[in-house]
Amino acid sequence: MITFNMLVLVCLTYVVLLFVIAFVAERRAAAGRVAWLRSPLVYTLSLSVYCTAWTFYGAVGYAARSGLEFVTIYLGPTLVLIGWWWALRKLVRIGKSQRITSIADLISSRYGKSNVLGVIVTLMAVVGTTPYIALQLQSVTLSFAVFAERGAAQWAMTDLNATALSVAAGLALFTILFGTRNLDANERHHGVVTAIATEAVVKLIALLAVGLFVIWGVAGGLEEMLARIETSPLAQTHFNSGRWVGLTFLSAAAIFTLPRMFQVLVVENADERHLATASWAFPLYLFLMSLFVVPIAVTGLRVMSDGANPDLFVLTVPLSQGQEGLAALAFLGGFSSATSMVIVAAIALSTMVSNHVVMPIWLHWKEAGATVSGDVRKVVLRARRISIAGILVLGYLYYRLTGGSEVLAAIGLVSFAGVAQVLPALLGGIFWRGATRNGAAAGLILGFATWAYTLFLPSFGPGVAMSAELLANGPWGIDWLRPQALFGVTGLDPVVHAVFWSITLNTFAFFTVSLWSFPSPMERLQGAQFVNVFEHSSAARGWSHGAAEAEDLLMMAQRILGAREAQALFQRAASEQGKAGYLPETTPEFIERLERELAGSVGAATAHAMVGQIAGHSSVSVEDLMAVADEAAQIMEYSSQLEAKSEELARTARQLKEANEKLTEISEQKDAFLSQISHELRTPMTSIRAFSEILMEGASLRQEDLRRYSSIIYEEAIRLTRLLDDLLDLSVLERGQVTLNLQPGNLREMLDRAVAATSSLDKDGRMVIERHPGSEDLPLMTDTDRLSQVFINLIANANKYCDAEAPRLAIAVRHLPEGTAVDFIDNGTGIPKKSQDIIFEKFSRLGDHSSAGGAGLGLAICREIMDKLGGSIAYLPGQGGAAFRVILPASQAEAA
Amino acid sequence: MPRRGEPLFLERQSYRRRRMMDLARLLPVLGLFAFMLPLLGGPEGISRTAANLVYFFLAWFALIVMAWALARRLCREGLDSGPGETREGGDRP
Repeated sequence: MITFNMLVLVCLTYVVLLFVIAFVAERRAAAGRVAWLRSPLVYTLSLSVYCTAWTFYGAVGYAARSGLEFVTIYLGPTLVLIGWWWALRKLVRIGKSQRITSIADLISSRYGKSNVLGVIVTLMAVVGTTPYIALQLQSVTLSFAVFAERGAAQWAMTDLNATALSVAAGLALFTILFGTRNLDANERHHGVVTAIATEAVVKLIALLAVGLFVIWGVAGGLEEMLARIETSPLAQTHFNSGRWVGLTFLSAAAIFTLPRMFQVLVVENADERHLATASWAFPLYLFLMSLFVVPIAVTGLRVMSDGANPDLFVLTVPLSQGQEGLAALAFLGGFSSATSMVIVAAIALSTMVSNHVVMPIWLHWKEAGATVSGDVRKVVLRARRISIAGILVLGYLYYRLTGGSEVLAAIGLVSFAGVAQVLPALLGGIFWRGATRNGAAAGLILGFATWAYTLFLPSFGPGVAMSAELLANGPWGIDWLRPQALFGVTGLDPVVHAVFWSITLNTFAFFTVSLWSFPSPMERLQGAQFVNVFEHSSAARGWSHGAAEAEDLLMMAQRILGAREAQALFQRAASEQGKAGYLPETTPEFIERLERELAGSVGAATAHAMVGQIAGHSSVSVEDLMAVADEAAQIMEYSSQLEAKSEELARTARQLKEANEKLTEISEQKDAFLSQISHELRTPMTSIRAFSEILMEGASLRQEDLRRYSSIIYEEAIRLTRLLDDLLDLSVLERGQVTLNLQPGNLREMLDRAVAATSSLDKDGRMVIERHPGSEDLPLMTDTDRLSQVFINLIANANKYCDAEAPRLAIAVRHLPEGTAVDFIDNGTGIPKKSQDIIFEKFSRLGDHSSAGGAGLGLAICREIMDKLGGSIAYLPGQGGAAFRVILPASQAEAA
Repeated sequence: MPRRGEPLFLERQSYRRRRMMDLARLLPVLGLFAFMLPLLGGPEGISRTAANLVYFFLAWFALIVMAWALARRLCREGLDSGPGETREGGDRP
């Protein structure tokens, strides 16, 4: 016999197994082996979060109470999945092209990136989902209690609560560990999805095993089972058409609107083709899940005593027949159903809460928001983690408050009806361009209020949230406002009544207000993008030209996407525009693209607001609107060719303009250099001449004056030589007459040498140099002297020009796709954007740093050296100070 | 046949493809019909559970098989066949 302790052990082992599976999946994904993690099978199985503990335990209870009606909960999703060509395909496509992170994000993004709508949907989702999470906790504790009652141990109410609490805590831990690894919600949570797919298999096998057992183990065959159904209390089915239609509708709506379903269906979708597979495979899963529900219910009614809870027949029937192992399997199945639902729901809700509630508040608090320093990713991730914990705490509190006594199915339906209120705004948004933000808000609020009034609050029972008097006679005795008989409609079941009125009023309000209100340009643009997603998947633009500084945008993007991703994105954009470096032209296309990337992390509304802080208010030009409004495809086709050509022209023009600017600047510099070099040569010459004249005349000089004068002559001569050396060096490098002296070396040693060589410049020791010796240990095959020369030059530059109070220079080694990079980043004011293009030119010396000496040849020499060595050097903007990136050629880094 | 036959062949294929998409849109309607049909049957809406059970699961399974065949076919031919594929009244061959 299975003792309670054994059960706990089995359960813990199972949990550990899930952690291991999730961990391995994450590791494989990190190593890039995602082929089977992204298979249609895993996708289909992950959809099974639809089947919660409500399905696993509750369906049998439902069947035992009202016969065949339970099947409606599966028929709705079946119809939606089989009809994927209508709506789901469009939804998944929109989710991909707009980088949607949650259902709240979808609604907010469709209606002009309105955060108000995002908040409304988020609140609705939280209110609608909390009871459902409580339901899962309740089912797990109840199933524990079934086993505990049989053992000798006394199982008190406090133990139940403790179980619920530890289950909630474990789930929070799992979700935080695997659900908040990466910020980009568009990136799949491989660990979570794989664990959920595993749980899907476990619950299916468990329910099928119990079903097969009751048919062939208890009844003794299919014929006998059908005969038993004929003689059971369920022999006759009385179809209640209202409930039948209403519940099918409700479950169909739930597939679209449940936050967890949206998460697995749209957000975690890796490939549209997977949807084609799921269109038949998921109905098949539901089919198998419900195949044996009636036989189990009939057997339960037959073999169990009258007082037995039909919600637990899946467990108690095998137990009563002495099938301990089967009961334990069934327990694991129920446990899987509950946990997978809670995990996905918590991830979906935390994404919504952090993107639509926390981030906007945070941005509002920090007026300068998008441009201040600091890593936003940490804020978002922390917000997500806290929301996950908060959601589970809410679920636990709800469980404690309601006492866990309700019939499982009742809570499930209340939840379904609550989230279904999003349906009109959702379907209207993707099929009807006339839907407006005000319409959506009106529909959502009215529908939600009706739901709360007619179903949610009465569901607590008379006298709890609503007085018995109010329920019976309506508020202030107004008869037609009775919560469960609105407008005098009395012939309906309470759930159907609530669904009917809330959805009807919701839809009416949505259409009426949409028809009478006028959408903003942004709404119209987004509306066209959503409704016609198959026609033009390319983005329309919402940003006016040139208002934003590329460097500010880069700074912000780095804090959300991470330095490496952001730099890569900017570099790619720049090179597509035909520009070198990290800063592309801030064209509307580029800003749009950037915003979309950011939306994948923080949601459309927040991304829009953040970009808006830098780029100024978005404006939609007449051309943009016309391009969208114009439904004549022929014009579009023709103009797209023209556009391609003019884009080409624009790119060439941009390159020419850039080259021209550079030439002008260089020629100016050359003039400036000539006068400067004469000045540089003349100054030491003058003092050498003056002091040598003194020496020639003066026999009466004192010994120490003599030494002082001659040392001045000596130093000035050295300065002259150095200047001439530099000039010579550069001209040799430029003419390619240099021979490289390749030899093995180590990057760390070269940096050590460079730091040591420059230490004499910084006599007070003001400059702090930050290094990471661990990452610097890299064997190289190169001209070590030349490379050290580059390092020395960069460190010396930082010494000379860094104007911070407490100057600091960070030297960081990074491994990028294009090779190993050594970044030199100081904390001074940096180099202004207009000068960044020319600092590597000869003779350029910025500002009036005459005290610093040198003739502005250092960086030019560095560039020549790096070219000769096969690497590169570039200025790295947006790092908060002057920053240079030296890229060592990959082949040479590997050579040694 | 040489070149002359080719366009006809292609047209026919894309015509078939379009009808497959129509069928994909029709399938849920068919399912709805099948699942709501029992509501009409039986004297005073009362009928035998066992018979209904068998009916529902058979209809359900048939629907799944049809969806499977359709999904396979649609996938094999590619989900996107260029622009204008789903345009309203897109019956251009």
